[in-house]
Order: sequence, then C-alpha cells, then structure tokens
Amino acid sequence: MSGEGMGMALEIVGQSVPRSDGQEKVAGQARYMDAIDLPGMLVGRVLRSTVPHGRLRRVDAEKARRVPGVVTVVTGESLRRDGRLNPYYGPALLDQPVLAIDKVLYVGDPVAAVAAVDEESALEALDLIEVEYEELPAVFEPLDAIAPGAPLLHEGELKPGGLFVDLTDVHPVPGTNICNHYVMKKGDGEAGFRHADIVIEQTFSIPETQHYPLEPHSVLAWVDPSGRIALYANTQQPFIVRAQLADIFQVPPSHIRIMVPYLGGAYGAKCYPKAEPIATVLAWFARRPVKLTFTREEVFLTITKHATVVKMKSGAMRDGTLVARKVECYLGTGAYAEIGPRVSKKMGTNGAGPYRIPHVQMDAYCIIYTNKPPAGAFRGYGLPQVTWAFEQQMDTLARELRIDPVEIRLKNLFVDGDTFWYGERLNALGLRECLLKAAAAIRWGEPSQALPGKRRGKGLAIMLKTLTHGASIAFVKVDDDGTAKVLTSTVEMGQGSDTVLAQIAAEELGLPVERVSMAHPDTDFTPFDDKTSGSRSTVAMGKAVLLAAREARERLLELAAEQLEASVHDLEVRRGQVRVRGTDRALDVAQVVRAHFRSKGGTIMGRGEFHTKLAREEFWFAAAGAAEVEVDPETGEVRVLKYVGACDVGKAINPHLCQQQVLGGAVMGLGQTFSEEMVYDHGQLLNPSLINYKLPAFRDLPAQLEVILLETPYSEGPFGAKGVGESAVPPVAAAIGNALVDAIGVRLYELPITAEKVLKALEEAGGAGPVGAGGAR
Amino acid sequence: MTPIELSLTVNGERRALTVPPQRLLLEMLQRDLHLTGTKEGCGVGVCGACTVLMDGRPVSACLVLAAHADGHEVTTIEGLGRDGQRHPVQAAFLEWSAFQCGYCTPGMILAATALLQEHPAPSEEEIREYMSGNICRCTGYMDIIRAIQSCTGGAKR
Repeated sequence: MSGEGMGMALEIVGQSVPRSDGQEKVAGQARYMDAIDLPGMLVGRVLRSTVPHGRLRRVDAEKARRVPGVVTVVTGESLRRDGRLNPYYGPALLDQPVLAIDKVLYVGDPVAAVAAVDEESALEALDLIEVEYEELPAVFEPLDAIAPGAPLLHEGELKPGGLFVDLTDVHPVPGTNICNHYVMKKGDGEAGFRHADIVIEQTFSIPETQHYPLEPHSVLAWVDPSGRIALYANTQQPFIVRAQLADIFQVPPSHIRIMVPYLGGAYGAKCYPKAEPIATVLAWFARRPVKLTFTREEVFLTITKHATVVKMKSGAMRDGTLVARKVECYLGTGAYAEIGPRVSKKMGTNGAGPYRIPHVQMDAYCIIYTNKPPAGAFRGYGLPQVTWAFEQQMDTLARELRIDPVEIRLKNLFVDGDTFWYGERLNALGLRECLLKAAAAIRWGEPSQALPGKRRGKGLAIMLKTLTHGASIAFVKVDDDGTAKVLTSTVEMGQGSDTVLAQIAAEELGLPVERVSMAHPDTDFTPFDDKTSGSRSTVAMGKAVLLAAREARERLLELAAEQLEASVHDLEVRRGQVRVRGTDRALDVAQVVRAHFRSKGGTIMGRGEFHTKLAREEFWFAAAGAAEVEVDPETGEVRVLKYVGACDVGKAINPHLCQQQVLGGAVMGLGQTFSEEMVYDHGQLLNPSLINYKLPAFRDLPAQLEVILLETPYSEGPFGAKGVGESAVPPVAAAIGNALVDAIGVRLYELPITAEKVLKALEEAGGAGPVGAGGAR
Repeated sequence: MTPIELSLTVNGERRALTVPPQRLLLEMLQRDLHLTGTKEGCGVGVCGACTVLMDGRPVSACLVLAAHADGHEVTTIEGLGRDGQRHPVQAAFLEWSAFQCGYCTPGMILAATALLQEHPAPSEEEIREYMSGNICRCTGYMDIIRAIQSCTGGAKR
C-alpha cells in the first residue's frame, strides 16, 4: 500500500518545504526567455493596425525589404500568396489570421512582421511599410455590438477550431457579432419569479483589465535543415500551441518541438497562441532563428480580461429563500474569439452563484465581437465578473429584506449533497466554512469605530468555481543514485508547481524531497498536459504524478523484495530506504536500482495519468472574502483596513505556497477593484503602460491582510488536495463593494471603485446613509 | 551616431566597453555584459524590476543611459553576494520564499538592500513606502515585507 492509501503520517506533504527554484531566483540565475539566445538569431518586430476597423487597401513592404539587415518581411497577403500555410488559427474558432488578411479588426491587430539582424533595422523597416486602410464603422461595447445595425466584424462563415471536445457546441450566430450563446435553464426558468415575494434587478459592469505579467510574451523559433520547427516559448500551454502551429504549417504535431523555460508570471495571459504564430512564420520564411519579444504596449494589445455587462434579476421569499434568478451576461471578447467561448461557458455555469435556486434562466449572450484587443483566460475565468454581480445582489436582497448578509447566504448556499445545475452531486465543498471563518476574522456583527469624519463598514462575498476538464500525464524515473526525476509538461510560472509536484512524488516514493527534481516542458520528451491554468496543476497533474510515483515505487518494492528475500507486503520505503518493517534489514533506493541492473546505471519508471471526464466537473473550489473599509465621505477615498481571503484547498501540500497564492490573488483582486482599467478612445488604448495603468504596490496593501486555509479533503485529489490558484480573486471586489454600502449606504455597479465614483454616488444619494452597524443589520 | 567609450566597475570588475550613445544601462547590462538577472518589467521606471545599485544607491536601469554609469560602480543581482555566499537579503528572500515567478526578485532584493543601508531598522510602514517603487504581481507582498523585517531581527519563521 502506498503512503497515501495507508494513512501513514505524511513526512513531506503538508510541509512548507523551501521552493525548489529559490536558489536560482534569488541569485538572478533563473532562466527566462530573456536569457535564451541562439547564434545568428534575428530580431522580430510587428507592425500593427492604427485603425479599429478597416479594409486593407494596400500593404506595400518593398521599401522595408530593401533596408540593410532586413531578412524577411511577411504580410497577410504574402502568407495567402505563398499558399503553403493555413493562416487562420484559434482554439475555439479559426477566426484569427497570423497577420491581417483583407481586414483589420482593432487598433493593434498585427498587419506585417519583420525579421532583421538587429532591432534598429527591424524598426526602420516597420516605418517603411506603407499601409492604406479604408476605415469602417467600428463598435466597442458589448451591448452596442449586438444592437440592430451594428457593424459586423467577421463577415464570412467561421470554421470551428476542432481542438477541444467541450467546444464543439460553439456556434456563432450568423449575421451578428455573437460568436457563442450559452443557455442554461433550470426549473421553470424565468417563470419561477411568480413564486417570489420580492424581485430585484440590477446591472453590473466590469471593464477590460490586463494580466500584466512582468515578463512579456517572448518566443525564439527556428526551422532545422530537415524542416522541423522548434521553439522556446513562454507559454502556459505548450501542447495546445503545438497543435495550433501544426495546423498553421500543415504538419503533424510531432514536427514541432516546444520547450518552456521559467515564466515571469502569466495569470492566463500566456494560454493559447500569442507571439508563437508570428515568430514561427518569420523563422520559417527567414530560415534563421527569430526571437520575437512583445513590447509592453503589445502585451496590452494581445490579451485582456473580458469586459462584461451582467444583468441579474433575483426573486426571494420574505425569509430570504431564493426562488428564481435570471442572469444575462454580455462578454466583449474583442476582435477574435480566442478562448472566450469557454470563458462564457464557465461564467454561465457559475454565474447564478453558489446557491440553491429552484428556477434559473442563464443567458450568457456571450462573447460578442468588438473592435478591441482579444479577451481570453484571466485568473478566475469569468468568476471575477459574475461574483461582482451575484454577491452584490445577495447583499441587496439582504438589505431589502432586513436579513443579515451572512444569514441570507447560509440559508441559500450549496452544501455537500446538493445538486449542481447539470445534475452533478456536490461534495467536499467547504463553502459554508469559508464564509463563517472569513466573517469571524473581520468580527462580523461588531461595529467598528471610525475616526471623526470617516465611515467604516464591513462586507463579504463567496464564490464556487468548477475545474475545467483536461488530461495530465506524468512519468517518474528513479535513477541508480536514488534520485527521482519527474517529467511533466506543467509550466512553472511562479505558482510553485515544481515544488509541490516534487513534494507529491517524494512523499509517495519515500525519498527526501531534495532527491526529486522536475523537468520543464519539452513537447518532444515530456508527456502531454492540457494546460497550466484553471487551478488544475496541483490536483490534475498532482494526481498523475502521484500515480506515476506509485507505479515506480511498486516496481522498486518488487525488486527490493527479491533482494531482501522478503514479501513486498512487509516492505516500507521512507527517507530513501527500503526496509523490512520492524527490522534493520534495509537497502538504499540507489542500491535496489543498482543491484537490479548489476551495473552503475539503471532507471526504474512509473507512469500516471489523470483525466477529467467531460460530463462532470472533478471538483469545486470554494472561497470567501471579507473586508473592512474606511471611507472619507468628503473625498470619496476608500481605504481597506483589513482584507481576509478564506479558501478551501482540500489539503495544503505546501501551506506557505498556498497562503502566498491566496495573498497574491487577493492583491490582484484589489487592483481590479480599485485601479485597473484599460481606457480607450475610439478603440485606441490610452493607457498601455504602467505610467497610467496602475497596479497595486506595497503602499496600496490593506493595513491587515489575512489568509485562512481550510482543508475539506477531495477524495480524488492527491492527498485530498484541490486547486488554489484562482480562488482568492473573485470575491474581492464584491466584498469591498458590500463593505462600501455598509459604510456609506451607496452601491457602485461599475468597476473599478474610484473616489470620483464614490463621491458621485454619494451626491446622487444625497449624502452618506446612517452609520453602518459593522455588517450586521 | 558615434559610439562612446565607457569605463566602469560592474560587480567589482573593471569594465571598458564601447556602446552606442543611446544605449540604456539596462540594455548594456543585458546585451553587452550578458547580465540577464536585471529584468525589464515596464520600461518606464515604474515597476522597479530593473533596479540596480549605482554607487550603492538604487536606480532604474531602464531610465539611466549607459553613459551616465561611466566612472561609477554598478552592482547587479549577480554581484550582490560575495565569494559564492548569498547576501543576507538574498538569504532572507530564500528563507521566506518571498517570490513566486521571480521576475521582480532581483530588483526587489536590490531595492531592499538599499533600504536596509539607508534605514537599518525600518518599520513596516517605512518598508511599504520605500518599496512602493517595486511591483510584484504574484506574491501579494506580505512575504517580502517579512523577509525584509527578518533582516533586522524582526520577523521569525
């Protein structure tokens, strides 16, 4: 039996062991894309559209091609004329050309690309490319894009991406800018409102925000003399990018090799193809290695979080019991579908909130093309948007019905044994406990004393998110010196996967954690993984690693049983020693391997895989956030005195790293609550730089920031673990929005919360309401 | 434009090199000296990822012309430790796992080193204020604060 199965005391799992990447990172020696070069490497640069919507009348690159040092200039037209490549890609719909063909759809749409011997020549060439646009009417906001007569972005028929089984039901609505419409209905749907004593309707909106990983997208691509394509790329999804490139180049996927170094942050921004198609096309034409690193402005123009309008209507009984909810989500996906349809499905699945509601109508008229940069995966995957809506609506109901906001949630929230919308039975939630612990941590119900002239208030929010499906495969090899190498395609982007997966393998193998190391993704040699995103690596890859380690361990014990002349059932392996239980007969793992191969050298292998089944979600992860704020009614300034993030992680494999994920998620949520917003003028992004796109800094931290980890074990997860990467983000904005109401009696519906908006709302309400009672009614 | 000749000390070594006049200190470190530990995170002097010490004082290498480093002493993350030993701030960041993706870490460590030189025992308030020129997008900052405090005997793990 394994360590996990026997319930033996855990030695490594559950410990805050130091990060395996720490020594490199504090020494500035960790290798990211900026330290990876090749001899003879060219520099790639991209020319981008200056108009939000237009037909390309002429793209003339002749002068650019004559610039000394320029090796290749590629345009959409040259791709089409060449004829050997399929220039369209996209994970859900094949709607995105590598470089614009016929039309441009947003300011920043790639029009042409240059590879040159140095940056100066590349930039000079970009300046000399002549582009003539015939401007077309443009549309920027989701609701405008579905109004009658709105200009259409994609005029022809769009082919499905064909990559994912869960996206086979993505269907653009012909003649509109809607690229998918997700519907979910339960009970009588909208008709359920006739049972309600009270009905409220509100509209919430969330702007585009930027992931802002400190490291920009970067790719080094080359084509070897046999025609094989290779890339170093900072992607979260090497295998999916490989599949998309294989379709572009019309070659088998194995014709392409992708290697992934450390990532300098990602948060969803590095899912799906980004700089890879352009870089690889440049290398393919140039027949020389090409490195393409996006500028900071280009990162802003490459991917965003979906701007969303959520219209929500809820009906409840006088005692607070929810009876009906109708939700309409309008997601602006920008110029290309990207993975928007899946974000909309996730938003739709989770958008009615983590509550038992007999009658639900969900219309995620989702994913509406607008003349803006594409929106895609962003930490939380649609949950930050809908949580801002449903958790403020819960508070509104509580206030209208004069019920305590904690009470109304407790009355309605999902508990183990309840049935989720599509029939799945919920288990191991921990949602109720998250709520209660978070509330207790801000002394819910106890009024707090504000300074003269200031107002204080408390608020909270909860959320429940489901895991996306996908497969993860791991190999474990134990070498003849008693060390183990774990081969996976999980991307270490800061979340700590190298450390956590090594802990899981070490625990199961009975090796000290220092003796286990992780390979980084290389699609030629590391096994398939769907992606490093969606809070899935600890649970999905962690389980695969656990199973692989178990297989290797079983093989080791079989060999050791022969060598020790004992029964396998009497053996245990701990701290690198295989021992006959209760005796001093033992062999080091290294000796077991060497004895088997009768030589210096030898490898024991194990393999593990984990699939999530399409029809069901493998686990749910619950979180709560609670905030106490102080508001200055004279200036509108809102200060967070305390923020508490409570997340159920199933089992904290490495508690310190879990806490850090929650802290980091909470601070990212604070940024989206108070300052982050991409501001446009007629489709032109006005703030593509940290000078005017404000990220949270040290001085923006709440006076107190607290983490609560709960552990409701998930039976399928490794050692009971669930994911934690995204949990802390979604509740932040709504918790603060609710605290604001408690403090000054006015509610904001549009993020971000700024002093200006608070003042305006106060003015409209005729001043701050009665002093809050510290959360309690 | 005529290249310019520079002579400076980088991580204790005298270096003489010829660079274009518009070369930034950051570019010089990364491209000419292959010191890739210094990171570019914004290019406009806000995020602090490119923080290096010039004569012991923190500067954003993305805002400083290489020419301005002529005759000066520059310390990057690669030169912070001595004789293969980690600097105490590096050791504290390691101890507290005060990083995730690690991209801000070199600049963060150098800024913290400068802070501790200027204020040997900073309060948490002073740490928050001084370090606000360094953005971390991953950790939520709290472990960085604790790591800095631990250098002054403050926080204990």
